[in-house]
Amino acid sequence: MHEVAIMTEALRMAVDAAKSAGASRVSKLRLRIGSLSGVVPDSMRFAFDVVCHGTLADGATLEIEAISAACWCMTCQTEFECVDFFNECPRCHNVSGELRHGRELEIADVEIS
Amino acid sequence: MCQECGCGNVGGDVKIGAHSPEHEHHHGLEHGHGHAHDHGKKTVDLNRSLMEKNALLAERNRGFFRAKKLLVLNVVSSPGSGKTTFIRETATRLGTSLRVGVIVGDLATDNDAARLRTAGIPVVQITTGTVCHLDADMVAKAAAQLDLDKLDVLVIENVGNLVCPADYDLGEDLRVVLLSVTEGEDKPLKYPPMFHSAHVAVVTKSDLAAAAGFNRDLALVNLHRISHHARIFELSAKTGDGMKPWLDFLAQQRAAV
Ligand SMILES: Nc1nc2c(ncn2[C@@H]2O[C@H](COP(=O)(O)OP(=O)(O)OP(=O)(O)O)[C@@H](O)[C@H]2O)c(=O)[nH]1
Ligand SMILES: [Mg+2]
Ligand SMILES: [Zn+2]
Ligand SMILES: [Zn+2]
Ligand SMILES: [Zn+2]
Ligand SMILES: [Zn+2]
Repeated sequence: MHEVAIMTEALRMAVDAAKSAGASRVSKLRLRIGSLSGVVPDSMRFAFDVVCHGTLADGATLEIEAISAACWCMTCQTEFECVDFFNECPRCHNVSGELRHGRELEIADVEIS
Repeated sequence: MCQECGCGNVGGDVKIGAHSPEHEHHHGLEHGHGHAHDHGKKTVDLNRSLMEKNALLAERNRGFFRAKKLLVLNVVSSPGSGKTTFIRETATRLGTSLRVGVIVGDLATDNDAARLRTAGIPVVQITTGTVCHLDADMVAKAAAQLDLDKLDVLVIENVGNLVCPADYDLGEDLRVVLLSVTEGEDKPLKYPPMFHSAHVAVVTKSDLAAAAGFNRDLALVNLHRISHHARIFELSAKTGDGMKPWLDFLAQQRAAV
């Protein structure tokens, strides 16, 4: 998987934010990761330590907010929670593959000083 | 990709700004209050997609390719489903009717590039090392090594992997996913993001269907279910069976660019 590439991008955004605010250190990064994003949080943590080494974010904390997946039922026009990509709507039992949440790969905020 | 799906649709407006601290306190003589928070730390909201840079570069590629009147394909599959063979046969059979160029991503070797060159077409190899997917930046750099004005169709052979290439838009017009008859009818169910995002799904190695005990009906049910935005083709690059409808489709797509 491409956790290292994604973590490198998160670090780049965090360091940019710190620099443009005149800060010299990043002490925390908060990411939002969907349960169906294909990214494994443990691998992200591992990648984090590797990519942060020797940067403004050396020693920073990584917080991961897990986002659970939700599907959209076109028939009922409602959202329902799901654990997979294709799920039966609990109301009408049609199968929906239209995910509304769960693919998130985002950086929420960073703590700098 | 359908509007209803959340895929590829993460991140909102870029917003950068400091939180104003909730509490106000006065630093002065009373500074013995022993609060635990660190001074000088502040939180900056970003709320950005981690895929945003690739998305931006992919759009740039798309605009550039469009201006060159190129039809661009991103060909993805598991390792060994037949991407290189399929691309080489496609180029050979198109002959001079459409001029094909290829960008091929491979972890380590340049075997695929060498095989593709036997079709007499321009090929640029990207050796990705440990990276298990191509991204829009690699494609932009590789495309710069091709004389695009002499091409009608640019085919990108992605790294054999059904997981991460799903997340990386390269700026293609069509994402083409291959499913060979030897790899199991349930592949689409196991890799839904990739199969769902495809514009074209190709069942390959159809000449081996009987020997492999391929359950065609089941495979098609799964493809129709997951790859519900895709045109489906069934063919053998080896015998040429079923290649004609695919080539006609390509010509039609190229004409529409
Ligand atoms: N019988 C048969 N064999 C095929 C066909 N297409 C490909 N093959 C064989 O399948 C093997 C893998 O084919 P490739 O074209 O190298 O597959 P690939 O997807 O490019 O492989 P990677 O780039 O390594 O992921 C080779 O031995 C091909 O000769 C086909 O239509 N019929
Ligand atoms: Mg190949
Ligand atoms: Zn990858
Ligand atoms: Zn419903
Ligand atoms: Zn869909
Ligand atoms: Zn204080």
